[in-house]
Amino acid sequence: MSTSSSPLRTSETIAYGAAGIVLFFGIWSGLSWFGIVPRQFLPTPYEVVAKAVQLLSTPFAGGTLQEHLLSSVLRFAYGFLLGAVIGIPLGLMMGWYRLLDEIVSPIFDALRFIAPIAWVPFAALWFGTGIGGPILIIFAGAFPPCLINAYRGARFVNRSLIEAAQMLGTGNTRIILEVLLPASLASIVAGLRVSAGIGWQSLIGAELIVASTGVGFMMVQAQLNISTPIVMSAMLAIGLVGLFIDIALRWLEATVRRRGLA
Amino acid sequence: MAVIHFDGVQKTFGHKGNGFVALDRIDLKIADKEFIAIVGPSGCGKTTCLRMVAGFEFPTAGTVNVDGRQVTGPGPDRAVVFQQFALFPWKSVADNIALGLRNKGIGKTERGKRVADAVKLMGLEGYEAAYPHQLSGGMQQRVAIARAYVLEPDVLLMDEPFGALDAQTRTTMQEELVRITRRNPRTVLFITHAVEEAVYLADRVVIMTRRPGRIKEVIDIHSVREAEKWSEHERIEDVMDLESFIHWRTHIWRSLREEKSDQDQ
Repeated sequence: MSTSSSPLRTSETIAYGAAGIVLFFGIWSGLSWFGIVPRQFLPTPYEVVAKAVQLLSTPFAGGTLQEHLLSSVLRFAYGFLLGAVIGIPLGLMMGWYRLLDEIVSPIFDALRFIAPIAWVPFAALWFGTGIGGPILIIFAGAFPPCLINAYRGARFVNRSLIEAAQMLGTGNTRIILEVLLPASLASIVAGLRVSAGIGWQSLIGAELIVASTGVGFMMVQAQLNISTPIVMSAMLAIGLVGLFIDIALRWLEATVRRRGLA
Repeated sequence: MAVIHFDGVQKTFGHKGNGFVALDRIDLKIADKEFIAIVGPSGCGKTTCLRMVAGFEFPTAGTVNVDGRQVTGPGPDRAVVFQQFALFPWKSVADNIALGLRNKGIGKTERGKRVADAVKLMGLEGYEAAYPHQLSGGMQQRVAIARAYVLEPDVLLMDEPFGALDAQTRTTMQEELVRITRRNPRTVLFITHAVEEAVYLADRVVIMTRRPGRIKEVIDIHSVREAEKWSEHERIEDVMDLESFIHWRTHIWRSLREEKSDQDQ
């Protein structure tokens, strides 16, 4: 076996990856086929996929799989965008205005260590099962990385670029928009990726508790019915959508890098 | 009109105890449209002198005045050309040059005209839409000079502007700078550690001591240049061959070497 320092050929990478997947499904199938774990508690991969396909046309807990996914994705989008729309400008401004940094940083540093899920009681109290609850929880997860990365990006801008802008008579707003923002773009996009990951994970957690639609809600209902294939179908969908979101943001990151905007 | 006046300037960096005196008792008066070059050993504080005129740093004691007003911060009346160019990588050549004019609130038509003039002055025609990373170091520094010149600043502050360029490009840029400042004179403060460059470009060369930086000697090159008719020679190498040039270059070298050997002891 080669060490991690020696590079693998593409064919080897694919082969090892495939071997891992085969092994994973092999063990999983084995566990349920041979009844090591009761089928009721661990369905086979085949059952899960069959269930997922069935859920595309047969509603469960008030909707088909794609309807639940859509409401999850929409909630995620609202919370995530809210986090970005508030976090990025605030982070950039904190990176420029010393006073704002001094005022916001202590509060922010304390709040960001509270897990998004910890907002569930307030989400329930303030919003019930309305859309506000999950959005609050996603926002709590997505907002900090947006702010931190914009802030760091702004703080680590090449000093002489700022001095050049100042000697050209550039005002604060224009420095933030035309110097700090473009200079921090790579850092901001990296922050968005982290944000999306945490946001998506928090959403599912939130839906387990404070929602009446969505993939998370679907999972809770399925668990109550001890319908493990549905639970796993939902997990499969969550994983795939998360992967898709990450791929989209990775593409954005690569585009920013390629344009040399960093 | 732009007269720069260093009056008893002292600059200390760091805190009491582990701080150090970077500049000590700097008194220097720079006349309007005068070209001053400051040379000195590394770390003597010559760049700090420039940064105090730019308004990026402030004296610990004494004052730096431009036109009788104390410098309180950076501004477009004192344009800076940085050693590492400091162009905005996400802005095209034309947008880099235009930023200062936009800040002044100059309208689009007028702005376009003045950018075009600056582009022409610096020989950047055809590169208006290019981005800095697509240009060579010499071209990037042309953009930086155009960005400064387009503002028609009273004072031009150049911090080792040709230090990052290769020898040939450097020579071209030195000749260009002479051409431009002759056509369009400005008060120039030029920091360098290249002695030939200082003698070739400046009206007066200020020699500084090693840290703490003090003014060791001020040499009037302007009157030598006039008396020996340097301006009749077009090329830099012809000027550098003149006896008077060699004399003063060697004089400054010796003066600087004394400082270097002090440091080695």
